Amino acid sequence: MKKKNWNGFLIAGCVLTGVLVALMLLGKFWTPWSPTAMDAKAMYQPPSLTHLFGTDKFGRDIFSRVMQGGGTTLTIALATIAIGAALGTLVGAVTGYFGGIVDDALMRLNDALTAFPSILLALLIISLVGPGKYNVVLALGIVFIPSFARVMRTQFASLRDVNYIISARLMGAGQLRIMTVHMLPNTMRTLLPALTIGFNNAVLAEASMSYLGIGVTPPDASLGNMLRDAQSALGRAPWYAILTGVMIALLVFGVGLIGEGLQKRDQEVD
Amino acid sequence: MNKKAFAAILALLLTLALLVGCGQAAPATPTPVPDSGDTPAVETPAPVQSGRAASNEIVIGIAQDLDSLDPHHMTAAGTQEVMFNVFEGLVKPNAAGQIVPAVASEVQVSEDGLTYTFTLREGVRFHNGEPVDMEDVVYSLTRRMDGADAAAKNVALDVISDVQTEDDRLILTLSEPSGDFLAYLMNVYIIPMDYEDLETHPIGTGPYKFVSRAVQDNLVLERFADYWGEGGKVDKVTYKILENNEGLVLGLQSGALDLVNHMTSEQTSQLSASDFHVEQGSMNLVQALYLNSGVAPFDDVRVRQALCYATDKQAMIDLAFDGYGIPLGTSMFPSFSKYYDDSLTDYYPHDVAKAKALLAEAGYPNGFEMSITVPSNYSPHVNTAEVLAEQLKEVGIQVKILPVEWNSWLSDVYTNRQFQSTVIGLESNNMTARKLLDRFASTAANNFTNYSNPEYDEILARAISSVDDAEQTEAYRQLERILTETAANVYLQDMADLVAVRNGLNGLTFYPIYVLDVSTLYWG
Repeated sequence: MKKKNWNGFLIAGCVLTGVLVALMLLGKFWTPWSPTAMDAKAMYQPPSLTHLFGTDKFGRDIFSRVMQGGGTTLTIALATIAIGAALGTLVGAVTGYFGGIVDDALMRLNDALTAFPSILLALLIISLVGPGKYNVVLALGIVFIPSFARVMRTQFASLRDVNYIISARLMGAGQLRIMTVHMLPNTMRTLLPALTIGFNNAVLAEASMSYLGIGVTPPDASLGNMLRDAQSALGRAPWYAILTGVMIALLVFGVGLIGEGLQKRDQEVD
Repeated sequence: MNKKAFAAILALLLTLALLVGCGQAAPATPTPVPDSGDTPAVETPAPVQSGRAASNEIVIGIAQDLDSLDPHHMTAAGTQEVMFNVFEGLVKPNAAGQIVPAVASEVQVSEDGLTYTFTLREGVRFHNGEPVDMEDVVYSLTRRMDGADAAAKNVALDVISDVQTEDDRLILTLSEPSGDFLAYLMNVYIIPMDYEDLETHPIGTGPYKFVSRAVQDNLVLERFADYWGEGGKVDKVTYKILENNEGLVLGLQSGALDLVNHMTSEQTSQLSASDFHVEQGSMNLVQALYLNSGVAPFDDVRVRQALCYATDKQAMIDLAFDGYGIPLGTSMFPSFSKYYDDSLTDYYPHDVAKAKALLAEAGYPNGFEMSITVPSNYSPHVNTAEVLAEQLKEVGIQVKILPVEWNSWLSDVYTNRQFQSTVIGLESNNMTARKLLDRFASTAANNFTNYSNPEYDEILARAISSVDDAEQTEAYRQLERILTETAANVYLQDMADLVAVRNGLNGLTFYPIYVLDVSTLYWG
């Protein structure tokens, strides 16, 4: 009975996320309607069998746009945490392992980045490089470095003086080898849940950036800029905001469940 | 069972409940669309209007604070719109688009167009009760001319070479004829001589006088009883500043506001028809897809023409503006009826085949990629760009939309001309057709589209120096035709100005310039 508990989280999370991701992947190749086709005769139609989620201000099918826009959001979120986690782990490994002045310098820089409200920092980067899908990834990736760096630094610092690392060092293993082969795998149980939390934050960050009009640019859809669109029609087409918002909530919830499940599993192993 | 697991399942159930609940509620929610057949649900009848109707006052919602109360310093169109009711010049505009005498009772122009004689109107008083005399008029004019107060200087008045007074007459001599001189004189608002408190307590001669202002919150005006003319009908006018659009809609719905202009059809559709009616005027803007003729591929007239053929203006207006808006074919709008040439509107009918043929001829048989830079804070322009992108796709042109913030738009597009194309609305704030046309002179500092055409320059120069009205009008019309024929830009529409007015409030008058005349409004 006890052993099944973590499974519940993982399974529910994987099923929910799987369905959504499958839908969004499908959206890359096929959607019930063209996500950009406009129809003046079908503006702001409520959900129906023809248009599952209704239509938006230009008579575009919201469900098709959710399929495609969700994919964009998903891609951005994945790319963002890839950048954030890779660079964050690098910074965390170097500072945690070596300590001393490198640690001080990099972590103070890290503090400075953290001190900036993250959206403001992303805004600053966007204002330098301009809006667009790839620039959003770049901006958010940079914004996500500090949190990963901090988590990984703690891990590497705590592993530095454990016996098997000291043994490896005595056996003459190089520092790069120690860090990648001996230490990195042991940080996974912290890194994986951090990745799922990071992913969720990235989805929400993309949504808020696009919501502010500085993220994914029209006519490309993303869950964030759809929500922004929906806001001005809250009275006229409430389903637009609600259904788009629910999609974001479900995606975040599903991945959150996976993260929770992963953590549970590790506790069970202990 | 594990607590966290329970919490997670509960949360999932709640989310699903929300989803299901909304699924049911959404179609049932009343959506008041004025032109649809179903009767919008009448919610709580708001008896607020009777209260304000009884005390004969109105509250108007505006979207931005005033930049200055000093009439010679204000530059924002939104400020002019409000203070039009407080200040007057020697002449002022009327709703028909004519320039009529105001503080002056009569204007005489000499044959050669070099001497203007104004007769001061008798019995004109400032809001503080003092009569307006010649000294005040000369002071006001000088303040805008001499540059001692740099912010007040208007270079258009540099043509005045001499200012003379003779009893109740003011005689201005110009160094060269200027067909638009009176239009520029409209903004020389008459203020009391050496009055220092303009910024905090402005005094003018208009039908409404200033009472109080709370920065970023409100401005209160009161009917001026000693006004020389017919004057206002409503006793008190409060402008409530609500800097976000949703706030204006909520203000109307809650009964806090009686009138809001410059609304989108999306916003007006949220208002209940039993409380409000919507009046449609014109923004007096030429909205177009402005093309940078200085860079490829738009330096080729055939490409520009192809874009015109590929665009379906009416479909765009239907999609992005709920059908509100008047299609345009050139850089002029119908309010300037004297200059407006309606035959140019359909010069380029929507014709995909023709567009493709022209593109092939220009060497782009498979289309090309282009970018449209739009100011991201003006959602009508962003929406327009989005529809155009879809329409241009049909002829093989792939459009990338670049939303930028307003200041970047001003510096990158308008000043530095670093853009391929942009959707924007250009205005004429002083009732002269010239402002809509002289920006396409090859040497004009504000010719951000880099349009260059020697023939155009020549006719424009002739039009500006002309003192014969018929000749000038003819020249302006010729310029419009050249802009259309050479497809300088993809002209789209004169955007509609939708005004939500509380039922019971009447008399709204539209002007061909960006003002809201409150003196014509009345309850009844």
